[in-house]
Order: sequence, then structure tokens, then C-alpha cells
Amino acid sequence: MSSPSDPRVAPPRGVIHDIGYRPYAGPRLGEGQVAFSLFLTGLRNCFGLGRSGKSKVLPLLLLVLMVLPALILVAVMVQLKMDQQLLPYARYAMVTQLLVSVFVAAQAPALISRDLRFRTITLYLARPLRRSTYVLVRLASLTAAVFILLVAPLLVLLLGGLLADLSVWGQVRGFLEATAAVLVLAAVLACLSALVSAVTTKRGIAVAAVIVVLLVSYTVVSAIQGISVDQGNDTLGQAVGLFCPFTLIDGLQHWVFNAPPSTPAPPEGTGIGVVFLIVTVLVLAGSVTAMLLRYRKAVSV
Amino acid sequence: MAAIETGGLTKAYPRVTALDGLTVTIGDGVTGLVGANGAGKSTLIKILLGLLPATSGEARVLGYDVAAQGAQIRALVGYMPEHDCLPADVSASDFVVHMAQMSGLPHTAARERAADVLRHVGLAEERYRVMGGYSTGMKQRAKLAQALVHDPRLVLLDEPTNGLDPAARDDMLELVRRIGHDFGISVLVTSHLLGELERISDHVVVLDGGRMLRSSATSEFTQSTGLLLVEVFGNRADHDRMGQALVDAGLAARPHGDLIEVEAADPAVHDVIRDLACDLELGLVRMQQHHRRIEDVFKEGEAGSVQPV
Repeated sequence: MSSPSDPRVAPPRGVIHDIGYRPYAGPRLGEGQVAFSLFLTGLRNCFGLGRSGKSKVLPLLLLVLMVLPALILVAVMVQLKMDQQLLPYARYAMVTQLLVSVFVAAQAPALISRDLRFRTITLYLARPLRRSTYVLVRLASLTAAVFILLVAPLLVLLLGGLLADLSVWGQVRGFLEATAAVLVLAAVLACLSALVSAVTTKRGIAVAAVIVVLLVSYTVVSAIQGISVDQGNDTLGQAVGLFCPFTLIDGLQHWVFNAPPSTPAPPEGTGIGVVFLIVTVLVLAGSVTAMLLRYRKAVSV
Repeated sequence: MAAIETGGLTKAYPRVTALDGLTVTIGDGVTGLVGANGAGKSTLIKILLGLLPATSGEARVLGYDVAAQGAQIRALVGYMPEHDCLPADVSASDFVVHMAQMSGLPHTAARERAADVLRHVGLAEERYRVMGGYSTGMKQRAKLAQALVHDPRLVLLDEPTNGLDPAARDDMLELVRRIGHDFGISVLVTSHLLGELERISDHVVVLDGGRMLRSSATSEFTQSTGLLLVEVFGNRADHDRMGQALVDAGLAARPHGDLIEVEAADPAVHDVIRDLACDLELGLVRMQQHHRRIEDVFKEGEAGSVQPV
């Protein structure tokens, strides 16, 4: 930058003038719009958008892998001129649970642990947004991301079903019921994985912990269910389904919508059904409360 | 209206009292907040942002009460923390836009402001790279940019020169000075290095153990002391001859490093020194007012001992 007070230096042509500091006099949005902006950014970040190039690879690959089986199933169904879907809408989430688990395990720490580990949380808290709003918006972003992952293949199945001239009402109904179920599943997965990520701020540990919670719980639950069905102990088989998010929501949608179950021991009867509902609500409420407490207490700014 | 006013502000933790009845008023311009590590600087900033409740006492920032109106304060205040706070996998450009939106700026305005502010702090093409690969100097600039992006009326800068090399330190100090004087934003800047603040701040507040040791204009710290420093051309022996002659002439003179310090309450002393040098046939190199530095105030052991002339 040339000094204007020095007359010996001829001013260079085509110089960019420093127009000085300009104050901002425009509008400032309220908490609702700020929260929505945080929600959108968080949702984009879950798919690697607005982040480094390599962080886009895994989430977008998983999205493609989620939709691919649906495309194949639709193609086969149309080719063979079948009169129903090869895989019911309600069972798609369970069949692709490995992909869903990997997505959740990779993206929850990316969204939640990142702010804690790099202490970016301080900058959020030094802005007008309230702590609780920040936490709820982060959970909403993660829930929306998981929901998009789960609902995308269902949309493909629906379109395929309608193009194949299957009964419109049957297809739309199956789709809507499954959509409601995957929305609850997305919320449960997001809240649980966010809580694990918020407690273990190291990203690698958080990824491993979420994997353990989701995959190990499913393996254990399905093993016990298999054994108990063999032994004829239905009560145990049904009750143990409460201990894994996937079997919990699978059981819930079987009880609420009478959807085809993906486990050998779905909950049968009102009593156990109500228990599934209560546990789902408790898991959601409990993990949200724990998240709020965690941010109230542990964030030293 | 003062930018910051506190009255009897106390923050007591179970084992330690971080702030002890702090009453201070901080106005516009650049105010330096000095204190050793653990003097309560960061605690004060957290209370001012409404992030930490005070145990007792009150504080107002820009006229808002920190206990009840934290959100209003945080909308008008920019904060640059001492520690690292930048996510590694986002570019400075994207991050500063996002932070502007978090302060309520609409997206288009946020982009414009972010570009402006990043230019002011001196981040050029590197703004489009992810911040994980930044040097400490670039990180400090990005941290400063996010504190300015929403055009705050007051910025709280916690140790902005931490970890910087001398050249980057000078740049950062110049930037802080411009924020306070050219941008029209009040600045509270903390440091444990007194010399830094002397150069840029209008006012200095000294904290020690959670109490206020002193609060006064920087000019008061560094005012003229009524002492003259005299240097003559020659070796040590020549200096000693000059010093002895001054003492013989009835002046209070003592060595001050390689110079001679003379008490000069009366302007006539200047003439006496000139004549003495002439008589001794010594070349008089300089005769200058002795200004204090803030450090000197502390070296005396008692910060309040500086007397006006």
C-alpha cells in the first residue's frame, strides 16, 4: 500500500482503493430466523456441503448406496410385472441398517463433537442464540439428515410402484406409514448418537461409540430374539426388542400400523405395544434432556 | 454512556475468588485490561457477555444489564476468545459468513460483510482454504474477523497477540488500534504484556488477583516525570566528569544506564547543563524529557505512586 502523504511516489494506476470501514445499518434477524439458518447449515454440513472436499465423499456415497437397492428392486418389480413391492416400505430401513448406522456414526460426531472439540461452541454462545436453542437446532439438523437418508429410497419405491400401476392407495399408505416410522427412527438415532458424541468429544472415539451402540445392540438383540423364539419364550423375545433403536421402531410401527415386521419376535398385543411407545418417548425425551444438561454444565467458555 | 460499567462485581468459585468487588467504568476508544494470568481478565469478559453469572455485584454493557439482557448485549458485542475456536474443515470465508448469520445478518449482507472484514484483517486468497492448515497469525486474524463481522459496537479481545511473532504482533496491534480509532468500535483488549497496550490503548485498567489495582488514561502512566536524560559525547570517564560537575553545581544527578538523569523542575536547568558541557569541553549529544513506560510504574512496586508534575 503506498503512503498518500509521500509526494515522491506517483500513485499507481488501477489501484484498489481502501474505502475504509463501513458500518452495517441493515436489518438484524430474530432468533427464529437465526435458528433456521443454523439448521440449514447443520443439515448441509451433515452431507459434507460447505466443508472440505473429502468430507463430502462418505455421506454422499452412503446416500447413493441407500437409493441403489430401491432402484434395483423397482426395476426387477417392473420387469417381472409383479403386483406388489418386492420389499415392503416398512422393512427398508431395517434391511439397510448397516448403511444408516455408518452414516449416523460418521456424521453425528462431525456435527456435534466438532463444535466442542474445536471450542467453536464458545463463538455460538457469545452470540444472541440461547444455549437450548443451539442444542435443539443441532438435533433437528441431524434428525433431518438421517430422515433424508431414510426417506429417499422410500420415494424411489413409491414412484416405481405408481409407475408399475400398483394400487395407488396401497402404495401411498405404505409409503406414508413407513415415512412416519423412519421420522421417529431418525429422531431416535440422531438423539442417541448426538448424546454419545457430546459426551465423548474426541471424534474417533465418538464414531466407535456410536457404532457400538447401534450395531452391537442390534446383534445382541437379534441373537437373543432368535434363541428365545427357538425356545418358545415369546415374552422375552418381544421385550428384548426394546434395547436396539432399529428393533424398537420396527416393533412400534408393527404395533401401530400392523406393518410387516423385520424381527422374528415383534410385539403382539396392546400391553407390550404401549411399552414400545413409552420407551420410544422416554429415549427421545431422556436424550434431549441429557443433551441440554450436558451443554449447560460442561461447556466452559 | 460508558461502554462497560461494573459495580462491586464479584465472582467466587468454591476454591478461588476470580473477581473481588470490581468497580470500573470503561469508555469508548481502546481500553487495555492488564493483569497476570489468573488476574480475572477472562472471567470478567465472560460475565460481561452474560455467559457466566456473577456471584454478586452488577455490570452493564452498552447500557444493558448482563444478568437480564445477555442476548441484547451479545447482539452488539463481538468476542475474540483467547483459545483456539475455529473448526478445521471449513474455510475462513464460509465460517465468517456463517458467524455473521448467527448474529442475525441476512445471507447476502453476511457475505458482503464477511468479504469486507476479511479484507480489513488481512486474509487474502487463503480465506478460501480450510482453516486447519492456517498459521497462528492467520488463525488470529480469522478469529478477529468473526468478532467484527456483525459490526458490533464493542469488541472484547482476549489476548489477541498470543502466540504471534514480532511482525505479526505489530500488525495485530495496529489492527486493534484501527478498530478503536478508525472503525469507531469500542475495544476492550486484554494482555499480560504492558508494553503492547501502552502503544495502542487510550486507557489502561490493571487487575491483580480479581481487584482493580489502577484505572487511568495511558498518558497518565507515561506522562513526563520532570526528569531530563543527558548524554555527552565521549567515554565513561567523560560521563562521570559531566555527572560530577552537575552534582557540584547543586543539581540532583545520577547515572541512568549510559545516560545521566537530572532532576529538572526549573527550565533554567537546561542552560546550566549546556554551560557545564561547554566548560568541560564535552559534546552535548542530547537532552530529553524522561517519559515513563507502564512497566516502570510496576517496577516501583506500587502502581499508584505516580505523581502529577
